[in-house]
Amino acid sequence: MAAPEPTHEPAGIARRRRSDVHTISLYVNNKPGVLVRVALVFSRRGYNIESLVVSPAAEGDFSRMTITCSGDPATLEQIIKQLHKLVDVVHATDHTEHDAYETEIALVKLQASLHERTEILQVAENFGAKVTDYGSESMMLRVYGSSEKLDAFIALLRPYGLRELVRSGKILMVRGLQET
Amino acid sequence: MAGRIPTGAEKLVQFLEREGVEYIFGLSGGAAIPIFDALVDSKIKLILVRHEQGATHMADGYARATGRPGVVLVTSGPGATNTVTGLLTALMDSAPLVVITGQTNTGNLGKDAFQEADVTGITYPVVKHSYLVKRSADIPRVLREAFHIATTGRPGPVLVDIPKDVSSGPCDAPFVDSVDLPGYVVPGHAERASLEAAAELLGQAQRPLLYVGHGAVISAAGKAVIQLAEKLRAPIVNTLLGKGAADETHPLHLGMMGMHGTAYANKAVIHCDLIMAIGARWDDRVTGKVDEFCAKAKKIHLDIDPAEFNKVIRPDVSLVGDARLVLEDLIPLVEPTDTTAWLKQCDAWRRQYPLKYPKRGGLRAQHVLDRLHHLTEGRAVITADVGQHQMWAAQFCKTTANRHWITSGGAGTMGFGWPAAIGAKFGRPEAEVWAVVGDGGFQMTMAELATAAVHKVAAKCLIINNNYLGMVRQWQELFYENRLSGVDLEGNPDFVKLAEAYGIKALRISRPGDVDRKLKEARAHDAGPVVVVAEVIKEDNVFPMIPAGAPVSHMIVDPPKHRLEKPVGST
Repeated sequence: MAAPEPTHEPAGIARRRRSDVHTISLYVNNKPGVLVRVALVFSRRGYNIESLVVSPAAEGDFSRMTITCSGDPATLEQIIKQLHKLVDVVHATDHTEHDAYETEIALVKLQASLHERTEILQVAENFGAKVTDYGSESMMLRVYGSSEKLDAFIALLRPYGLRELVRSGKILMVRGLQET
Repeated sequence: MAGRIPTGAEKLVQFLEREGVEYIFGLSGGAAIPIFDALVDSKIKLILVRHEQGATHMADGYARATGRPGVVLVTSGPGATNTVTGLLTALMDSAPLVVITGQTNTGNLGKDAFQEADVTGITYPVVKHSYLVKRSADIPRVLREAFHIATTGRPGPVLVDIPKDVSSGPCDAPFVDSVDLPGYVVPGHAERASLEAAAELLGQAQRPLLYVGHGAVISAAGKAVIQLAEKLRAPIVNTLLGKGAADETHPLHLGMMGMHGTAYANKAVIHCDLIMAIGARWDDRVTGKVDEFCAKAKKIHLDIDPAEFNKVIRPDVSLVGDARLVLEDLIPLVEPTDTTAWLKQCDAWRRQYPLKYPKRGGLRAQHVLDRLHHLTEGRAVITADVGQHQMWAAQFCKTTANRHWITSGGAGTMGFGWPAAIGAKFGRPEAEVWAVVGDGGFQMTMAELATAAVHKVAAKCLIINNNYLGMVRQWQELFYENRLSGVDLEGNPDFVKLAEAYGIKALRISRPGDVDRKLKEARAHDAGPVVVVAEVIKEDNVFPMIPAGAPVSHMIVDPPKHRLEKPVGST
C-alpha cells in the first residue's frame, strides 16, 4: 500500500540526500558485546552510523542487524571486510545496489492547534499515516514506508509544530529466495 | 578425591595441559587466585613476571619463536589493563596469544567492585576475539574456541575474562574437540582462477620482485618463496617482520626493504615492473607515499586476510589463502621469463650501495651488531626492541632461518625486546637467544631481569646504550633543526651494576677493541642470563632512510649535508 509521493518540496526545508546512503545487513551471533564490536569497526574509521536495527533472526541463536550509514565507498569497503572478520559476524552485505524491499516506521508527535488539524489529516491521509493519539493539545501519527517517503512526510509536518520524532531505522529484505 | 566435580579453574588447567601448554606467563591477584591455586598441582610451569606487560611480551616471544600459542594469566582490573599494550603488539603482528584475566564475581560486574574493570570493553579494539565467561560450564568450549581462533587463519590475541565465582564454581562440562563458529572461516588454498591470473602476470614480468612479510614466516612459506624466486629468477626483499622467512643470505635476496631497508632493496622496489606481496600488508613503513609506490608495476597480493586487499593498495590479482599452500599451488603454473638484465642490475645496486658505517669515531652500534652477526654465524634468535638499534640489527643481523627474528613491528612497542627474548628462550632452550635493546626501551620492562635470573634463563641481553631515545633524536636532528625535546635519558643507571644487583652476569663494551672479546665471553655464559652493555657514541643516525610519507625514490642513502623538509608522514 504505497502512498503517493508528494509532488512538491516544502519551501526552506532541504530533504536529506539519500544517494550516498548505504544499507548493510549483518547476520550475527546473538551474544553480549556483538553490537559494540560492530560499532567499533565504524567508529575507528570515523564513520557515522545513521540508523541501526537489531532483531532476532528466524532460527537459531542469531540476530539480524540492518545498518544505514553514509561516507566514501573505499572506507565502506574496508568496513564491510572488517565486519566480516569479526568472529561473531556470520555475514555482512551491502545491499545498496540489490533488489530489496526496504521500509521504516516513524512516530510523529505534533502540537497542532485544532484549526490546523484538517490540513494535517489531509497530509496524513496522502501518506497512509494513521492517527495513534488525538488529544486536545497534541496528536500522534504513525507512518511507514521508504526512508525517503518518511523524510518527505516529516518535512511537510514540520511547520505545524513537530514536538517529537521517533524513527525505527530502516529494515530491509532481499526479494525472492535469495538470502538477505 | 575421586568423583569430585572439578572447579572451573581446575577444568581450565586440565584443558591447558591437554593442549600441551608448557608455560604460563603471569602475575597473580585476588580475582585469579582460584586459577593460580589449580596450577599448584599442575605440570604446567608458571613463570611469575614482575609486570603484566612483561608477561604478554614473554608469551609473544615464546609464540613467535615456536609457532605455538603463548599463554598469559593475570588478575582483574589493573592486572588486566597492564596487558593492553601486549595485546596491541600481538594483534598488530599477528601473534597467537591466549590471555586469561581474572574478574570480579559475576554479581559485582558493573558495580565498581575492588579491582573491577570492564576488561572485555577496554580490550575490544586490541584483540582478535574475546570472551567474558558467565558460567563455569562454558569454560571447556570457550577455551577450545579461544585456542582455535588465536592460532588459525591470521593468528592473534584472544582474551578470556573469567569471574572468580566462575573459576571457583563446579564445572562438569566435558572437553570439546571441535568448534562451532559459523562466522569464522580459515582460508587455505586459493581459487584456481586467481592462481592462473597471477601466473600469467608473473610470466609477463621483465623485472619481477617478491616482497615477503610476516605471513610467510607464520605459514613457514620460506622454501616455497625460494623455489618461486629461483624458478622466476626474481629477487626477494622482505619487510622487518618478514626477516628469516627466506634466508636473507640467499643470492637472490636483497634484504630488508622500506624506511630503513637496504638501498639496493629499495632500488629494486622503485624499478620493478611486478611486485608480489607474500603475507605482507603494504605498511606505510614499506610504501612511503602510497600514490607513488610502484605506480607502474603490476601488483599481486597473497594474504590469508582478505580485508588486506584494497586496504592500502589495489592489487591486479589477489590470492586469498595460506602463503605456503598458495605458493606451492602457484609454482607449477609459472613460466619463467628472461630476467638476466634485471638480476644484473640488482647486483650492480648491491655493489654500489652496500650497508656501511664509519669505522672511526668511537664505538658504534652497527659495529657491535655486525660482529654479533658474524660471531653467531647468523644462527642466533634475535629479539629486537624498538628504535635505532632495532633498525641497525635488522640491517646487519641477516636472518637465515625462520622464526629467528622477533620484534615489535606494527605497534612499535618499546619494552618488547627483553621479555620477548626470555619467552623465546623458554620455547627454544637449545637456541642462542639475544635480545637487542636500547637503553630507553629496556628500562620499560627491565624488571624482568628478576624473572630471567630466578629461572636461570640463558637469554642474552645486549643493551645499545647511547643515553638517548635515539630514533626521535635522529628525527629532531634531521628535520627539526636539532631542537632536542624529550629525548635525553639523563639519569640512566649503570646497567652493569643494575644487572649485578639481580645476580646476573654483566659485561661492558666501551671500545671497538672490546667487542669480539666481550661478545664471545657472553656467548660462552650459559648458566643463566647475561647482560652486555655497549656504551656507544651518543649521536649516530640510521641510514638509508626514507622520510615518513615520502616516496621510496626520496631515499637518503648517506648523511645529508643540508637541512631536510619535515616529513609529511605521521610517525
